[in-house]
Amino acid sequence: MSELIRCTSVCKDYVRGSERVRVLRNVDMSVEDGTFVALMGPSGSGKTTLLNLMSGLDTPTSGEVEVDGLRLDSTSAGALARWRAQSVGFVFQFYNLLPVLTAQRNVELPLLLTDLPRSERKKNAAMALDIVGLGDRGSHKPGELSGGQQQRVAIARALVSDPRLLVCDEPTGDLDRETADEILELLGTLHRELGKTIVMVTHDPKAAKHATFTLHMDKGKLVAPADHADAAPQRARTVA
Amino acid sequence: MFKQTFNITATNLRSVFSRKGTSSVIVVGIGGVVAVLVGMLAMSEGIRSALKDTSHPDRVLVMRSGTQDEITGWLSATEVNVLKGMEGIRTVSGELVVVVDLVTRGTGKPGVAIARGVEASAFGLRPGLRLVAGRFFQPGKDELLVGVNASGTFADLAVGSELSFRDKLWEVVGHFDAEGQAHDSEVWMDLPIAQAAFRRNGVVSTARAFLDTDTDGATVRERIRQEPRLRADLVSERDFYAQQSQAKTGMVESLAYVIAGIMGLGAVVAAINTMYSSVSTRSVEIGTLRSLGFSNVPVVVSVMVEALLLALVGGVLGCAVVYLLYDGLTSSTLNVGSMSQVGFEFAVTPPLLLVGLRCALFLGAIGGLLPALRAARKPVIAALRAG
Repeated sequence: MSELIRCTSVCKDYVRGSERVRVLRNVDMSVEDGTFVALMGPSGSGKTTLLNLMSGLDTPTSGEVEVDGLRLDSTSAGALARWRAQSVGFVFQFYNLLPVLTAQRNVELPLLLTDLPRSERKKNAAMALDIVGLGDRGSHKPGELSGGQQQRVAIARALVSDPRLLVCDEPTGDLDRETADEILELLGTLHRELGKTIVMVTHDPKAAKHATFTLHMDKGKLVAPADHADAAPQRARTVA
Repeated sequence: MFKQTFNITATNLRSVFSRKGTSSVIVVGIGGVVAVLVGMLAMSEGIRSALKDTSHPDRVLVMRSGTQDEITGWLSATEVNVLKGMEGIRTVSGELVVVVDLVTRGTGKPGVAIARGVEASAFGLRPGLRLVAGRFFQPGKDELLVGVNASGTFADLAVGSELSFRDKLWEVVGHFDAEGQAHDSEVWMDLPIAQAAFRRNGVVSTARAFLDTDTDGATVRERIRQEPRLRADLVSERDFYAQQSQAKTGMVESLAYVIAGIMGLGAVVAAINTMYSSVSTRSVEIGTLRSLGFSNVPVVVSVMVEALLLALVGGVLGCAVVYLLYDGLTSSTLNVGSMSQVGFEFAVTPPLLLVGLRCALFLGAIGGLLPALRAARKPVIAALRAG
């Protein structure tokens, strides 16, 4: 498998008032294409910040972030937006669906950035909804769907433009156990059957078990927890 | 880019209905400003129209040199007779213009009306003037012919009523309609009776006349200047009333823009606040769209379009309210020059409605710009976290 994501000596600082806070400290890591990586760690450890850097939503204070050969740290905001539209699917904790649009129209949103004709957009959106098991709910608005169904719509939206990378920020954080397992099963299926590379931030060890590898973060650094059985593969995929 | 902009804007507008409360602040605020502005300009337009309608293209005033209005002018009987014999002039009417104290209808407060002593030729000079009730006054009698606006503004001016001023008992014998002219706010009487009552024997304030059709005003003006028995100037009615209306409407229009400016400032602050609130409410939505790859321009456009549309709705409502409540409404105001009441009809004209709508869009644009720029400049991460 080829390398899809590489972070080299990545640091990220935030300024809060007069204080400069270092959130990421010299992070080196790589993610191979077609893997399902769980990113775990306590609150404030920097996992969401790292996810944002990998997905081009933010840029590092120093260091290099390269995804599929593109140096995100030196790419303009406009080019990053275009790259995200083509290459990244986002799944958020609180779904982030537009409440005034139907499920179908929500899923169609990323396709508005393409040259596809309307009929194709509708067809692709319907197909994505079928994949997540909501083919019959396209005309429903988010408020008419359960939390699990809304997250499925969000996953369909992430899938619809067929990106190589799916980034999921606490995708089950707002769901009950049973629904969370269904969503994680779905992500696992997308990884296994469609070959998607998935990077998922989670606090939930059970969720992390659906991933092929788990990376642990603490105080802005990648760490290797002694009590995790998958510590070896994690280390194998981080650059020392 | 156009497709992005259209879709984001359409999505945004759909969500306006779920933010009725905050959205209505812009609509009501800007609607109020537009209503006040258009209402006051309609008043100004009405006054201008009343004074402008009084003028006739071939009618002229001959006034004492240096005087600006009829009430302070004077011409002797000799001068009027010279005018009556002058080449290029026909149908001369010497007129005495004075003020009388009356009682305002409804409030019972004192008011002042223009009283005009006229000769029989005055009616020939004003072909649009017609009797709407009673009869014309008879020469040599203490009788009054009252304009329709004056009869509505002042008490005791019904046909058949009697009232007392200048030590005389006057009888109202008729009402006239001068087709919206300033004369509608006046009380007319026989010239010799007026001269006697107001102790102006042998004197008139101004003379009105028609010019002969083949004569131009400049020629007659020069003729008057060259005539040693006259110390007077000729001015066309159009110029005279334009000057009169400019003084009056200029003040009203200045006041309209000052008040609308102050209110507009408040409305802009309310609009900015509302749009900031709207942008804040939609922060996660905007952040999500930008994370999906939508650019900043459609976000700015969508916020601006929302602000402009809400402002336009406010503008249309403001215009509609003023049009329905005030268009054609008869009122009166004080003519500072003569300290008398001038009747007019509020005129909510299409150009004024356009001024109102332009004002609404201007306020909406200012109110939407800063929030739109903030929405676009906010980092995507910060926008997503705002939820």
